[in-house]
Amino acid sequence: MSRYFADRVSKSMVVICAAISLSVLLLIAAFILKESLPALREIGLRQFLFGGEWRPGDGQFGILTMIVGSVYVAIGSLLLAVPLGVSCAVFLAEVAPHRVREVFRPAVELLVGIPSVVYGLVGMAALVPLVRELGGTGFSLLTAVIVLSIMVLPTIISISEDSIRSVPVQYKEAALALGATQWQTIWQVLLPAARSGIAAAVVLGIGRAVGETMAMIMVIGNSPIFPDSLLDSVRTLTGNIAVEIAYATGIHENALFATGVVLFIFIMVLNSFALIARRREIS
Amino acid sequence: MHRRLIGMMVLLLSLGVACAPGGGTIDIAGSTSVQPLAEQLARAYMEKHPGVTINVAGGGSSVGVKSVAEGVVDIGNCSRELKTSEKEKWPKLIPHCIARDAIVVVVHPTNQVASLTAEQIRDIYAGEITNWAEVDGEPGAIAVISREEGSGTRKVFEKLIMGDKKITLEAIFQVSAGMVRTAVAETPLGIGYISYPYLDPSTKAVAIDGVAPTLENLKAGKFPLVRPLYMLTRGEPTGLVKDFLDFCLSAEGQKIAEEEGFIPVR
Repeated sequence: MSRYFADRVSKSMVVICAAISLSVLLLIAAFILKESLPALREIGLRQFLFGGEWRPGDGQFGILTMIVGSVYVAIGSLLLAVPLGVSCAVFLAEVAPHRVREVFRPAVELLVGIPSVVYGLVGMAALVPLVRELGGTGFSLLTAVIVLSIMVLPTIISISEDSIRSVPVQYKEAALALGATQWQTIWQVLLPAARSGIAAAVVLGIGRAVGETMAMIMVIGNSPIFPDSLLDSVRTLTGNIAVEIAYATGIHENALFATGVVLFIFIMVLNSFALIARRREIS
Repeated sequence: MHRRLIGMMVLLLSLGVACAPGGGTIDIAGSTSVQPLAEQLARAYMEKHPGVTINVAGGGSSVGVKSVAEGVVDIGNCSRELKTSEKEKWPKLIPHCIARDAIVVVVHPTNQVASLTAEQIRDIYAGEITNWAEVDGEPGAIAVISREEGSGTRKVFEKLIMGDKKITLEAIFQVSAGMVRTAVAETPLGIGYISYPYLDPSTKAVAIDGVAPTLENLKAGKFPLVRPLYMLTRGEPTGLVKDFLDFCLSAEGQKIAEEEGFIPVR
């Protein structure tokens, strides 16, 4: 076989694999869109997105409570995870002695590998009773926010740390040479320079927060209501699908697919932001 | 080469013949509530009649009804009454009640309340009674725990207890009987409903209108929250299917139902 033939075969195979991956994505998108149409047609897009009552038994299919639930949970967990995560990233990149970093960094990456249902289990068994001491049943927005921040933390730490480390060393050297302290260098030079990478980390964190399902339904209470306090039970978009899909038929099932479409769009938009932010940093 | 090829073919064909079902097959599908019972009954029956194969699948009550009506399976499992639309569309379906399933209302073991009326349970779940003190318990906000919409257990609970009132949206929703039980077991002020086979010492069952969910009361038909478990056939059952159904309703079959936590009908 000539070298050129082998070359062409390998290239075609690679192209075929890429085509398969892309087609699978498109097929999934097409499928959920198709399954969601009967519901959107019957319920109406506005009523579906902005209706405040979800009672499939009565033909009520408003997902606004769940959109609010997903947004609150995502924002809450980021408020906790971003300061903690970026500080940890700064620690690992700039402050930690080499041997500490050798232990810490793999530990952080290990956290990413833990299945979400395990987080849910620990949340349900250990965190729910603790939150109950503060009031309510323990199945609440607060519990979900805490669990989710822990899940999102490793993503933010590792991507932020990579961004900080990839700031050209000349920036740091110049700042130090001009007499800046280590903290002044970090706060006023390195972090601003790593800005777009950290933004990308945050956006990916949001993506994970919005998409998390299993751990959420185990600790959040799944009540389709607007929360009045952190201790109220709420339901997320992902939770809605997971909780009801097993028995849903007809329009109910279509409405759950429509919830899936909303999620799909949410996450595609978020990921595009992340991609743009990262591309800007590389260039 | 030829001899080896022919030898291979003979071997494979004889294996195929040996694996062919002899004696008959029964295909069953439908309700996941009935499924564990159907599987146990099938296993016992197959032990007594080697050569018979019984396949049990899930899919839900609605799937069970449709499959048996369309001839895809021989028996359809159903944990609810047939809908009027189903009876009109498939008039030949015959339900055979093989056991009953009770739904028990449970509270935390430390809860003082041991008995509630059906109206009290209804009002608690509708969100109108919100404190245990209102039903003679120690004061505390009631944590209402329910199954998700679409659950067969929830449908029975809604039909027999809630009536026209709706379960409050502020309840905590869990997705399986096991999770409801765990939630109630860990929430001192909680209340939930689970099907009888799931009852265990981690939660306390509450008497409804004075009737406790003991096996005697369940068998005597005194307990209000009961639903029938059906095996549906297309027309009168004959041959192997009839023999299997007779087995399910025999003393041995009913004993298996009782062991699985269901209420025998004979």
